[in-house]
Amino acid sequence: MVPTSYYLVLSAILFSIGVAAFLIKRNIISVFMSIELMLNAVNLTFVAFAHQWHQVSGQIFVFFVMVVAAAEAAVGLAIIIAIFRTRNTLNVDQVDLMKL
Amino acid sequence: MHLVLFFIFGGLCVAGALNLLFQRHPINSSLSLIVVMSSLAVLYLLLGAEFLAAAQVIVYSGAIMVLFTFVIMLLNAGREERTHGSKAAYIVGFPGAAALFALLAYVFLTNGKYLGGARLGDYLVTTSDLSRVLFHDLLLPFEVTSILILVAILGAVALARKEH
Repeated sequence: MVPTSYYLVLSAILFSIGVAAFLIKRNIISVFMSIELMLNAVNLTFVAFAHQWHQVSGQIFVFFVMVVAAAEAAVGLAIIIAIFRTRNTLNVDQVDLMKL
Repeated sequence: MHLVLFFIFGGLCVAGALNLLFQRHPINSSLSLIVVMSSLAVLYLLLGAEFLAAAQVIVYSGAIMVLFTFVIMLLNAGREERTHGSKAAYIVGFPGAAALFALLAYVFLTNGKYLGGARLGDYLVTTSDLSRVLFHDLLLPFEVTSILILVAILGAVALARKEH
């Protein structure tokens, strides 16, 4: 038997690593990937609580998060491609102005 | 058995996430993120979410990460260089994330005794259970997400198109 709190602590570890990567990474694609890592950590919490309370709605939440994450990845990567076209860089320190 | 599987795949998750954090080349980060997502699929199976485990492999480690890897290769992203801003990020980032983890772990472990435990196979949500809720009670949100996907596709095409 695995206590549910172990799953929650695992997702807390993953979420904190995602926050650290979000703050430390300088490449815009890596920053975006750390957002995906945080989304996955929260999904694990939803599934663990769905198992804990024997409710399907937690898994429904995860399903919708996955759909929104797919849409977000498509739009975000398109924005990254557009930024790279205009500025020729992927470094977030050089993309700190709203206009060129 | 459950505990052993949890520690193997949870450890794989944490190792992949740390590799994502410390690799400086984005392609290595994206490949280690695939490891994280695939081992999360096994953890979903342990928690009795069989549809979500399949969807995790297909949608996340399949579609989304292939898109990421494709964009990394398309833009020819190299190693990220250390810049002025990265020093401040190191000073703030690691203690901030450690403090966040300490807070979350404290809350979860002190309240963990009110929660039960998960045994292998004591609660299984089959695909038909999930689809009954999804297509019966939540039909409207489901259709709205399909419109969201459509808008996202149009937006991605409009954003990534070359300007004339």
